[in-house]
Amino acid sequence: MTAMDQPSPADQAIAADHVIKRFGDGDSVVRALDDVSVTIAKGEFFTLLGPSGCGKTTLLRCIAGFETPTSGRILLSGRDITREPPNRRRVNTVFQSYALFPHLTVAQNVAFGLEMLGKPRAEVSRTVDRMLSLVRLDAFAARRPDALSGGQQQRVALARALATQPEVLLLDEPLSALDLKLRKEMQSELKRLQHETGITFVFVTHDQEEALTMSDRIGVMSAGKLLQVGPPREIYNRPVNRFVADFIGETNFLPALVEDGQVRLTSGEVVGQGQGQGRVTVAIRPEQLHLALPGDGGAIPATVEGSTYLGTDSHVQLRLVDGSRLVARVPSQPSGDLALPAGTQVGLRVAPGAVQVLAD
Amino acid sequence: MAEPRPFSVTRLPGFTAIAITAFVALYLPIITIVVFSFNALSSMSQWGGFSLHWYREAWANDTVQEATIRSLLIATVAALVSTVVATLAALGTTRQGRFRGRTAIYALINQPLMVPEIVTAVSLLIVFGAIRQATGYQGLGYLMLAHSAFCVPFAYLPIRARLEGMDRTLELAAADLYATPLQAFRRITLPLLMPGIAAGAMLAFVISLDDVVITEFVKSAGQDTLATYMLGQFRRTLTPEVNAISTALLALTLVLLTGFFLITRKRA
Repeated sequence: MTAMDQPSPADQAIAADHVIKRFGDGDSVVRALDDVSVTIAKGEFFTLLGPSGCGKTTLLRCIAGFETPTSGRILLSGRDITREPPNRRRVNTVFQSYALFPHLTVAQNVAFGLEMLGKPRAEVSRTVDRMLSLVRLDAFAARRPDALSGGQQQRVALARALATQPEVLLLDEPLSALDLKLRKEMQSELKRLQHETGITFVFVTHDQEEALTMSDRIGVMSAGKLLQVGPPREIYNRPVNRFVADFIGETNFLPALVEDGQVRLTSGEVVGQGQGQGRVTVAIRPEQLHLALPGDGGAIPATVEGSTYLGTDSHVQLRLVDGSRLVARVPSQPSGDLALPAGTQVGLRVAPGAVQVLAD
Repeated sequence: MAEPRPFSVTRLPGFTAIAITAFVALYLPIITIVVFSFNALSSMSQWGGFSLHWYREAWANDTVQEATIRSLLIATVAALVSTVVATLAALGTTRQGRFRGRTAIYALINQPLMVPEIVTAVSLLIVFGAIRQATGYQGLGYLMLAHSAFCVPFAYLPIRARLEGMDRTLELAAADLYATPLQAFRRITLPLLMPGIAAGAMLAFVISLDDVVITEFVKSAGQDTLATYMLGQFRRTLTPEVNAISTALLALTLVLLTGFFLITRKRA
């Protein structure tokens, strides 16, 4: 992370400062968080992205106060809250299972946090009404959670967590239990809510597409480490290492040589500029490869091995002369697609600036 | 090919016959008592027509009345005390994470289920005898204390089951929404635990009502409960009055156990 990514102290919502969390002891010790430092700005939609077991939920639980870091600090608006219990942190959580109180009505669920803060009765009921209309559940105030659908329960959980105007809202894979259509709806719903409330959202997910479409910034985690923090475009186009490139979207990895700033594939072609020296791995996104006629000036000769039709485009599997394999993404044509039977000889062009030299 | 059918006892030869025999053996004696409690004659073998005579007789008997009141009083105190203790024990054993000696604690809590009742009875007789001698106190406190103690494991089991089945995230959610640990307990854990507590209390009540062995050893003169009164009656002449009391006791127990069943079945 560069210094420019760091919000100034006044704009900091939440910060993790060299947080380490170990579980277990002796030989079976697990480093769930391995020296994680990150600063999240006020009003930001920040996503922690990574495969299951990467530590993203543990970091969220440390921020909520359900776990205490083994070492390091958690700061809320610059104040150290590492040792404060969850009920003293102006941070609320939307749980993966929603955790709605089954014996309370929807309105009582939403009112719970306000009542615990000792708000006057009139204010509580006014806020509950406002929150329920914010999540479009006005008609369901008197229902019990078990009389609601999954998507409605999700919105109650959101209303309940937002009602107390927390400084930070934590969302632990809140959309994973919903079907695809509902998930898409809730994604835009979440963006709308964040926009309307101006509250900082810290969102945990293992779904890279969800992360790319919703976030202001993404932090990619693996094995307890925060590998890269940045806006979606930067994460996608400038992954810092092979893991990030592989986890976000589809990528071709090719062995290459860097000489005097020129990146040369082992099949011989120069495909772009890059830092470094000697043997490296480069990443090229499938949509950055364009098919051309064989022998077209500067095109890389390749052989088609097969193709997969995907609707908006097709994936074409290709082999280069040195035997390395890669995939190109070819947009579908209204007039019908080019026939590309296996064995067809084609040329490949790499879009300018598409080649990423990776640190392994 | 047909799917291989899993083993089922219902297909064993003689299953139906054994099942019917077992049910008859279990319920025939009880049905006999219920039927003969409505007998107009004072015979245990001869039917003389339907009558509520023995119910009136039992109701009018001062000793029976006193024993009934004593039984209900002891059972109420025992149910209350044991349920409170069992709730605390269940919270301690399910909400503290794993700790050293937890298995030992389970065993200690369930001790009355494992130690032969007669051993508990004799021990209590000796201990309470010494206390009686030292303090001169002769009241119902001994019986209440003893019943409260042996009812704990019966109250503990449904409460612990309910706590273990409860989603712990709910308590985290309450804390997350600014509830102090005490507020989270009162507003979330306790209401959700109520069915378990009610079930535990009912079970404890029934167990206390039913106890003979420990009561027989611990009671002082003139402290008969309904159960020990009936035992005393059998030593003298047997009257169908006992049938009537048994049937009434059975009815009360059935009501409580049905309540227990309904409460534990409805797990929201």
